[in-house]
Amino acid sequence: MSKMKIVIGQGSCGIAAGAAKVYDALDNAIKAGKLDADLSITGCIGMCYLEPIADVFTEEKGAVVKRTYVQLNGSDAADVFALIQKGDFENEAVKKYEISEEDENNLKSQTRVALRNCGNIDPENIDAYIATGGYEALKKVVSGMTQDEVIDVIKVSGLAGRGGAGFPTWFKWNAAKSSPGDEKYLICNADEGDPGAFMDRAVIEGDPHTLIEGMLIGAYAIGAKEAIVYVRAEYPLAIIRLKNAIKQANERGYLGDNIMGSNFSCKMRIKAGAGAFVCGEETALIESLEGQRGMPRLKPPFPAASGYFQKPSNINNVETFANVAWIINNGGEAFAAMGTQDSKGTKVFALTGKINKGGLVEIPMGSTLRDVIYGIGGGIRENKKFKAVQMGGPSGGCIPADLLDTVIDYKKLSATGAIMGSGGMVVMDESTCMVDMARFFLDFTAKESCGKCAHCRLGTKRMLEILERIVNGEGKDGDIELLEELCVSIKDGALCGLGQTAPNPVLTTLKYFRHEYEAHIYEHKCPAGQCRSLVTYTIDADKCKGCTLCARQCPVQAISGSVKNPHVIDTEKCIKCGKCIANCKFGAISVN
Amino acid sequence: MDCCPECKNNKSDLSLLEPVFKELADEKGSLIAILQQAQEIYGYLPTDVLRCIADRTGIKPAKVYGTATFYTQFRFKPVGKYLIMLCQGTACHVNGADMVLDAISSELGIGDGDTTEDGLFSIKCVACLGCCSLSPVMMINEETYGTLTPTKAVQIIRDIKESEANGGAAQ
Repeated sequence: MSKMKIVIGQGSCGIAAGAAKVYDALDNAIKAGKLDADLSITGCIGMCYLEPIADVFTEEKGAVVKRTYVQLNGSDAADVFALIQKGDFENEAVKKYEISEEDENNLKSQTRVALRNCGNIDPENIDAYIATGGYEALKKVVSGMTQDEVIDVIKVSGLAGRGGAGFPTWFKWNAAKSSPGDEKYLICNADEGDPGAFMDRAVIEGDPHTLIEGMLIGAYAIGAKEAIVYVRAEYPLAIIRLKNAIKQANERGYLGDNIMGSNFSCKMRIKAGAGAFVCGEETALIESLEGQRGMPRLKPPFPAASGYFQKPSNINNVETFANVAWIINNGGEAFAAMGTQDSKGTKVFALTGKINKGGLVEIPMGSTLRDVIYGIGGGIRENKKFKAVQMGGPSGGCIPADLLDTVIDYKKLSATGAIMGSGGMVVMDESTCMVDMARFFLDFTAKESCGKCAHCRLGTKRMLEILERIVNGEGKDGDIELLEELCVSIKDGALCGLGQTAPNPVLTTLKYFRHEYEAHIYEHKCPAGQCRSLVTYTIDADKCKGCTLCARQCPVQAISGSVKNPHVIDTEKCIKCGKCIANCKFGAISVN
Repeated sequence: MDCCPECKNNKSDLSLLEPVFKELADEKGSLIAILQQAQEIYGYLPTDVLRCIADRTGIKPAKVYGTATFYTQFRFKPVGKYLIMLCQGTACHVNGADMVLDAISSELGIGDGDTTEDGLFSIKCVACLGCCSLSPVMMINEETYGTLTPTKAVQIIRDIKESEANGGAAQ
């Protein structure tokens, strides 16, 4: 390699942060002859807070040296990389974009199995995947392993469903394999609907062939000749990259008839979801695949016996499949060596909310929440106090600060009232109201309830009404007890996972933050200062410089005062829109 | 085949659907895919299009409509030239998405699900867009805008308005 190589991270989030503009700027510079480099793309490395990111490979004294530059800008990228090409690495204009040692170590401290190629290879090029040993596991399986041998390796690995429920993967595979019939289906659940989770998107966008290979091994194990990926429509880039990858795999003979010269044949197609959270539930997903309203079916029969068009079907999540090829290559024992007694391997989390270093992290099971939030995540923004972490989305719960040392393990997390979930980890600080958080999730589940079961359809609606009146300052004595009663009956009365887990956000916040509910109801106060109906805005006369900016921004003319004199807010008129706080340069406005 | 005044007013060019039917009409379980492609063609799902889909697939009109209304992706009214999709995910919520919605709504004078009179903008609150680390996030047509504040969001809208007023369609 003599030519400089530039690799730009192009996941959805990277593009949103401006990675495409950086790419275009460099591409134009190369075309104009101002820069001499090979430009390529890769998926998301997970350090979303540093996007746009570029890795630069240069040859120095016969060795390839990699340097990483972060938070790049389309406007000056061409100049910066021209300097890099000249070897002017110490130039201030270049230096300011260099990744810090701390951030680099953050990445190195992770254990990457499912994300092993994300951010390292070009997701649009099958050769890049093959160069990392890709499709070797498939070759091993189709050329010399029986279905039972494959299932055994997965059993030894202890791999459990990464979609959230944590059901042993080998068990599902074995059930589908053992079901009578020639026509079987393997389905990948990529309907990642949990708000705050984007692990599956990152895998499909960053390493689609890993998913294809994992699915093919699963299809071989259960005896399926057709595999379907159900991807949510909100992920257009993931669909494009996966389509491209399927096409390439077909051309190379990794998909289709007699794969790699064996007797195993399997085709694969994508089905785009149409926006319904409940379709993450496996039987609802099957209904949706069949072109119906996505309403869950009664179980049993389980999909392994009667699934897609009543044929035996097996459904696993994207991250589950992303681990499979690694397990076949490295052995089940190697995977089982990571983690705890009950939970093996690694888990990917999407770390977001009030966190300094948000992004994707992959860590061995058995790490603590503190390791993730204060270690890799770099703690809370603006040095505020950590209040809780929400795990498992609308089916999960909030884990408070005094349980930060909880070990990441299916059982240990369930014991807190939350769940492992698919991997969303939304961090909240002291300014987040936990009652409002519960309201937010109930609003979500009430909207997403398919309507089949009365307990879920009506119960979530009633819970939402109660929570809405509490955050609006109209809570009544007895509301908490009524919520608790509804929680129990919805859990008992709902058919599917959506309804059964819908009360979890309320139950966990009631368990750990009951005082916040009580403050709303009995004292008409929102301790976090978030609920608009329960707060008042005031201007600190000592801090106010009389710049008049707030008065000019106020949409209802509730702020008065003359230039260079402290201003006052008329609380009668104030609609608590927050515009004044957002615009005050002196921090003079506070919420009580 | 007009069943109601709305049908009479719908005058969609149904021939555009032919390639879709050719590819999918006989495939088992393809209704959602057909609806998706139809929306791609017309921008929304007019009643006469839904009826035509029912006719050609042999699925009852009530079932076609029932399936379409189940999924949030499908629209039954035309949308503006710029569709503002405001993310309602947890991370966006925690980081102030409702303030952004308020700001955009008051700037455009429309609420969630509405379209401005000039047909330029529509606002739609959507499920998590998966760009959580850039929250709050909105997507206008294909472009994603992250780390929004009410002021920043309004500025983006004003920029689009301005480029429209100047006759340019560039975002």
